[in-house]
Amino acid sequence: MNARRNQTLSRRGFLVSGAAVSAAAFAGTENDLASRSPGTPFIDVNVNLSRWPTRRLPDDTAKRLVDRLRSHGVTQAWAGTFDGLLNKEASAANDRLADACRREGAGMLVPFGSINPMLPGWSDELQRCARVHDMRGIRLHPNYHGYALDDPLFDQVLRQAADANLIVQLVLEMEDERPTQRLLPVGPVDAAPLADAVRKVPGLRLVLLNALRVVRGEALKKVLAAGEAYVEIAMLEGVGGLGCLLDQVPAERVLFGSHAPFFYFEAATLKLEESDLTADQTDAICYLNAARLSNSTG
Amino acid sequence: MEIWDAHCHLNGVPGATPESRLEHLLRYADRMGIARLCLCMGMEFSQDPSPERMRQENDAVLRAVGAHPDRALGFVYLNPRHTQASLDELDRCVLNGPMIGVKLWVAMRSTAPELDPIVARAAELNAPVFQHTWLKAAGNLPGESTPGELAELAARHPRAIFICGHTGVDWGAGLQAIQACPNVYSDLSGSDPTAGFTEAAVRMLGAERVLFGTDAGGRSFATQLAKVYGADLTDPTRQMILGGNLKRLLGPILTAKGIHQ
Repeated sequence: MNARRNQTLSRRGFLVSGAAVSAAAFAGTENDLASRSPGTPFIDVNVNLSRWPTRRLPDDTAKRLVDRLRSHGVTQAWAGTFDGLLNKEASAANDRLADACRREGAGMLVPFGSINPMLPGWSDELQRCARVHDMRGIRLHPNYHGYALDDPLFDQVLRQAADANLIVQLVLEMEDERPTQRLLPVGPVDAAPLADAVRKVPGLRLVLLNALRVVRGEALKKVLAAGEAYVEIAMLEGVGGLGCLLDQVPAERVLFGSHAPFFYFEAATLKLEESDLTADQTDAICYLNAARLSNSTG
Repeated sequence: MEIWDAHCHLNGVPGATPESRLEHLLRYADRMGIARLCLCMGMEFSQDPSPERMRQENDAVLRAVGAHPDRALGFVYLNPRHTQASLDELDRCVLNGPMIGVKLWVAMRSTAPELDPIVARAAELNAPVFQHTWLKAAGNLPGESTPGELAELAARHPRAIFICGHTGVDWGAGLQAIQACPNVYSDLSGSDPTAGFTEAAVRMLGAERVLFGTDAGGRSFATQLAKVYGADLTDPTRQMILGGNLKRLLGPILTAKGIHQ
């Protein structure tokens, strides 16, 4: 039995001990678990290393995060760095990220370097990510770095990344802006220009992170239809949210993302249980789509 | 051990009737192992409801609870701007009806004296008062309470039981604001599943003052459950937060009404 199922059944076992919820409900849930392919891994496309700027997080060391992810059956995690948000020495931040990913996790952590196109030298840094660190992709934070998605610089970054065969992870927000620190108010990225921006760049592979509070419904469909674009589920909300999402967009464009360690990792796995997914949908979201995307690079 | 959700809504859920919306919620609650849902407010939210609108919203909850009395519990939605109408509604729905708590939202801040007779009456009925709270960086709505303002109300009514809805969402500050108020409980619902929230609540208030809730249908059962399953807690502490504490709080009024626990 794989770690994911172990974890899930452990929670389920906890619930069942003395629970008075209807037997029919549990029968349904166990059937759902049984329908999943045994031994299926998770590829988590949305984790971060280093320290969140305004408070300590429970798993904010690489070792603790790796332990947490591994305990849930994650076999690969695409990792950015919190240092990339505010640190203006991007090379150092990316060096530390690459080093941490080499040292911890025995290959589980896959680094995605931060690129800030508002800093001189961003293009060189993008090339360093590709050639020196052999990264599979980069991560962008337009709201922290201060540019809009219709800025020509954004277009340049997308083109250079596509030319370098790098996946681009575009982070639309890091946290709910409403309760944020008064000294660090960062609103979400305005995604209105995104579909046009994607359409203009051939060969682009784009993953939207923390996007589903910002881009939904028709706007999301447009972005995903504009090119090879994907969305992950970390900020998906609502009752049966994943099922509702799959009513709107193809499962082939949905990836598993947790936003750990900022979010409790379990928020992502429990979404898979909350909605009534087929085994094919679950496998596609949990690892197949990300594996295909990852293998399509260099 | 049962899981009881301290905070749910019919709003934001598919369905043309209160009964069908509750059934939708229950389908997903069943999948997640949640036994009971505490419902408040009606089919559409109203921030400053008239007395008539208050009754309409509560009627919707009464219909839903009536359809599934073994799965749903009702909190009566009141607007302190209409103090006498709120007291009448409290009597209609709690004293003479099946509801077991009070919901206050954003019509008036909890420092307003208009809340005092409502809270006093709720305490007489052993009905906990769920007060929505927020700490917005850009400023709350004019009538939207902060946890600190709820703490002031709680100090004036030491016999009443308060649930600090969402714990201000900015939970680091919210927990500090209610820490010294033994009659105020932290509600985990209605915010992103930011790691560390539940551990901080247990550390600062004690596990017995922390309540699981979701704020479904706007929020997912999954993300809110993760705040308890993902936190570094012992199993007995999880049991308290997921249902034990709420059952204890509601015990007197449930017993008085003969509602199965």
